[in-house]
Amino acid sequence: MRRPLRRLLLPLATGLLFLGAWQGVHLSLSDDLRFLLPSPGMVGDAWSEHRDLLLRATVNTAQGALLGFSLAVAVSAGLSILLSLSASVRSCLYPYLMALQMTPLPILAPICVIWVGAGLRSVALLTFVIAFFPLVVNTTQGLIATDRNLVELFQLYRARRWQQLLLLRIPAALPYFFTGLRIAATISPIGAVVAEMNAGSSAGDGGGLGFQAVIFASQAKYAALFATAATTCLLGFALNAAVLGLAWAALHAWHDAYERSDR
Amino acid sequence: MSLPPAVELEAIAKRFGDGPTVLESISLTARPGEMISLLGPSGCGKSTLLRLIAGLTPPSAGSLRVAGRPAGDPAASVAFVFQEATLLPWLSVRANVEVPLRLGGAAPADRTAASTRLLELVGLGGRGEAYPRQLSGGQRMRVSLARALSLAPRLLLLDEPFGALDEMTRERLNEELLALQAAGGWTGFFVTHSVAEAVFLSHRILILSAHPGRVHAEVPVTLPHPRTADTRLQPDYLRLVAQVSRQLRTVSPVA
Repeated sequence: MRRPLRRLLLPLATGLLFLGAWQGVHLSLSDDLRFLLPSPGMVGDAWSEHRDLLLRATVNTAQGALLGFSLAVAVSAGLSILLSLSASVRSCLYPYLMALQMTPLPILAPICVIWVGAGLRSVALLTFVIAFFPLVVNTTQGLIATDRNLVELFQLYRARRWQQLLLLRIPAALPYFFTGLRIAATISPIGAVVAEMNAGSSAGDGGGLGFQAVIFASQAKYAALFATAATTCLLGFALNAAVLGLAWAALHAWHDAYERSDR
Repeated sequence: MSLPPAVELEAIAKRFGDGPTVLESISLTARPGEMISLLGPSGCGKSTLLRLIAGLTPPSAGSLRVAGRPAGDPAASVAFVFQEATLLPWLSVRANVEVPLRLGGAAPADRTAASTRLLELVGLGGRGEAYPRQLSGGQRMRVSLARALSLAPRLLLLDEPFGALDEMTRERLNEELLALQAAGGWTGFFVTHSVAEAVFLSHRILILSAHPGRVHAEVPVTLPHPRTADTRLQPDYLRLVAQVSRQLRTVSPVA
């Protein structure tokens, strides 16, 4: 099968199969249990019914996710360079960076709310916390994993430290950075939604997808909950696609992993 | 007035930390423009010797001078060619050749002029804008050579540069390397596992023994220059290859 065809038709086929199976399970349930698994059609209806609400919530969530994500990229870039400078600095800081990552968001959420108030600022801050770690770990790894021969080459030509960083270590770390970026792009919308469920607010703009999910759940609107989940997925996909495009633009000329291939 | 020796080693020894002695009492003088090959079993310290001369690692004992200066001195004008092409994959071929010039702060116009000339010199005139991964192994090694020559070095240290290439490409590059050497007049140290390559390229071959690395034998190669593909068919060449192979066998017992 030709490549574009395969890339498009095969996922579409599995998607249809999945929807069919879903419908089948829904129909196999007795009438009084069907509310547990609303059919794809019911979810579609719920989406249409709450469309304006969901679209507005998506924009809000995207804002929080992107704000936290961008902040994580900026801070992690600087911190990774700092960490790459010496093993001692890494020993000093790594355990605490991990500790930050290991604290569950729902526990951090109320603390954030006390500090910066509920709503967008808390959501962005919590998203930052969760997106930050994969970026720092991957980028730092990339900065210190530079080919030993290349480092010696630069030594031989008496490269200054900033030259080695700018011309060698940073470009060599780019593929690692983009690996981190992709993980961060995947978990940022999730982080934002969890943050909204714990520190969201409807003030002004009606809240994000996480906030809506809490409301739908409290109203037992299960089909609407499914619609909210699907919308969150789409947001994650969009962010992922953007990062993949960016990585391709930056790396395809020289990096093998981004070479066009039919494998 | 005579030039100082290109390289002068006196009773050089090297061991890393508390490890075994890698090199012991190495003394050797290279004339300017001389090509010297280092042959020997794995672990005889050939590569370490090159790294010492390059100033990448200090000797544990003995004295070492390059063009009359201590090793690692900026004015010593040394270039190194690694076993692998060691190119920056994100830079074009041209930009790779220009790396030493860029690190030295050369003006962009001068860099372009130099890389154009050097790429012509190694037969890659039209490939300047390609990326390393678009080149064959042999072409990548040519880029590596062009880069090494970019600062017009007086001493070129080559650490098994053609070891990973096929026989045909290797012979071709040997001929080109000799032409480059004749044109540039630099002194060369060439580490290799190939006796044929060593005989073809060198004025002199040093056979090292291992554990610790010492100079076991020194073989002058009297074949006339310029050497071409035909040189490999000469009886003198074949006799030398046989002789060096026999001597090498006495220091590399077959396991």
